[in-house]
Amino acid sequence: MTWVTRTALMAGLIFLYAPILVLIGYSFNASPLVTVWGGFSTRWYVELLSDAPLLASAWVSLKVAVLASLIATLLGTLAALVLERQRRFRGRALFTGLVLGPIVMPEVMIGLSLLLMFIGIGLDRSLLTIVIAHATFCTGFVAVVVAARLRGLDRSLEEAAADLGAGPMQVLMTITLPLLAPALVAGALLAFTLSLDDLVIASFVSGPGSTTLPMRLYSRVRLGVNPEINAASTMLVGLVSAAVLVASWLTARQENR
Amino acid sequence: MSSPPPRLVLDGLTKDFGHDRAVDDVTLTLEPGEFFCLLGPSGCGKSTLLRLIAGFERPSAGRIQLGDQDLSGLPPHRRPVNMMFQSYALFPHMSVADNIAYGLKGIGKAAVAARVADLLRLVRLEGFGGRRPETLSGGQRQRVALARALAREPKLLLLDEPLGALDRGLREETQGELRAVQRRLGTAFVVVTHDPEEAMMLADRIGVMEAGRLVQIGPPAELYRRPANRYVAGLLGDVNLIPGRLGPHGSGDDRFVETAHGPIQGIVAASLAKGAAVVVAVRPEDLVLGAEGLPVTVTETTFLGDRLRSTLRLPDGSPLRASTRSTNAPIPSGSETHVSFAVKATMILPA
Repeated sequence: MTWVTRTALMAGLIFLYAPILVLIGYSFNASPLVTVWGGFSTRWYVELLSDAPLLASAWVSLKVAVLASLIATLLGTLAALVLERQRRFRGRALFTGLVLGPIVMPEVMIGLSLLLMFIGIGLDRSLLTIVIAHATFCTGFVAVVVAARLRGLDRSLEEAAADLGAGPMQVLMTITLPLLAPALVAGALLAFTLSLDDLVIASFVSGPGSTTLPMRLYSRVRLGVNPEINAASTMLVGLVSAAVLVASWLTARQENR
Repeated sequence: MSSPPPRLVLDGLTKDFGHDRAVDDVTLTLEPGEFFCLLGPSGCGKSTLLRLIAGFERPSAGRIQLGDQDLSGLPPHRRPVNMMFQSYALFPHMSVADNIAYGLKGIGKAAVAARVADLLRLVRLEGFGGRRPETLSGGQRQRVALARALAREPKLLLLDEPLGALDRGLREETQGELRAVQRRLGTAFVVVTHDPEEAMMLADRIGVMEAGRLVQIGPPAELYRRPANRYVAGLLGDVNLIPGRLGPHGSGDDRFVETAHGPIQGIVAASLAKGAAVVVAVRPEDLVLGAEGLPVTVTETTFLGDRLRSTLRLPDGSPLRASTRSTNAPIPSGSETHVSFAVKATMILPA
């Protein structure tokens, strides 16, 4: 690496991560004024733990993320199995587009269309509607991750199992799914972080009493940033980073196999 | 097994992939306990034929019959045949013993363990049951794959390029082992290979495939000595070809061919009309150098240990390859000699 490329790399990384580092730094600020450094303190983390509405929102977010990522993993895996293992069927191209569409569709549109649908079918907005909405937009991401792994899986392993007397269901349970396990976990963690981060879609489909953490943080920030928000955001960043690291580690490990 | 081993009958078996015909009207009867090789270059349809028998592909036309059972409509897991895959397809998340036991169901834990131990002994891998496939060498993996494929006592074992992934030295050793296992069990084996030496070493009979068709079936010596056409002759080993027309002289199979170098006597392969365009085909080891026959110039001689390989040139410039015992004195390059062919070793094939 020459000094030019090294400088360019540093500039790029600073551009991407400096704001997050500033946020993490100020979350340990003793002063209640966000932009004035008043010494190191963890008081905002302590205050965070006694902030009931914030904790309630965190709990909502966690429940939504767990349920939505489970549903998205199930649906996404099924979609990936169809995409990779059923090479020829009518409407295959359309099905591919429908599964992967939500990845590129604007979130505002997904949120609005889901809201209209929930009103149309008379489903009251609640935690359930957020779970449904998040599962919908995460399924495509899980399908992409699982399909990539399936593509790399030697087809003859499943054929060998069938050849040794295993029916299609037994092949799936004893060969395909165990070998896909790292991709399933990676896909689930990806869905989990996407759900945890989402502000736009949740804003459309959440009801009273089901305010997610990003929604709560956003509404607080509109009244003014305080260090407690920084502390909450730092914890969110930590959680998401951990999930992404585990997911990419799992993906890297399965590729080295 | 109490019932007598069944014979496999393929009847008019055809497989199309879109507009491509991968297997074209193959009819074949396999005897019980036979070691059969499907030989051909890649893309000739031999692997597809194997996959049709295993049930991974559905035939476009034709029937597959094993004994009195029609296999054509059965999915792979209901067929009493097993397959050993070219990649071995060992399950990476299971131990060697679990791989071998995968197909053993409903016989109780103790019986499974006993059977796995028997199979490990058969392939000389005692003590390897607890290992993971990725910790084994290529040759050991090949033997695990063989043991797993034999676990269910198949009535027919299909092997797709079973030695393709092994080094040369290991290959020869494993050929012998494969043959010994087959003899001991008496199970019919169908091996797909592109290597003629391997086919001749292993098989009781070889089926040569070209562009989806089974062009000739027979024991190795017959295919080598009496090929039906130039393709089979060239596939089984090196061969010199001299074009000509079938002459009127001779009786029965024993005929003369009019060539640019004069009449050459040989054995005709099929019923060919007088005057038909033919080639005279002679293996390099059947060329006799000496005082008699066609005049040739020796252009090059290479010492290969057990034999000498010479390149000769006929008066019209066309080359011939000769292989002679290396105990003969090598003929210096540029010298003139004569070459003749033993009648019985000279094949007359359709051009």
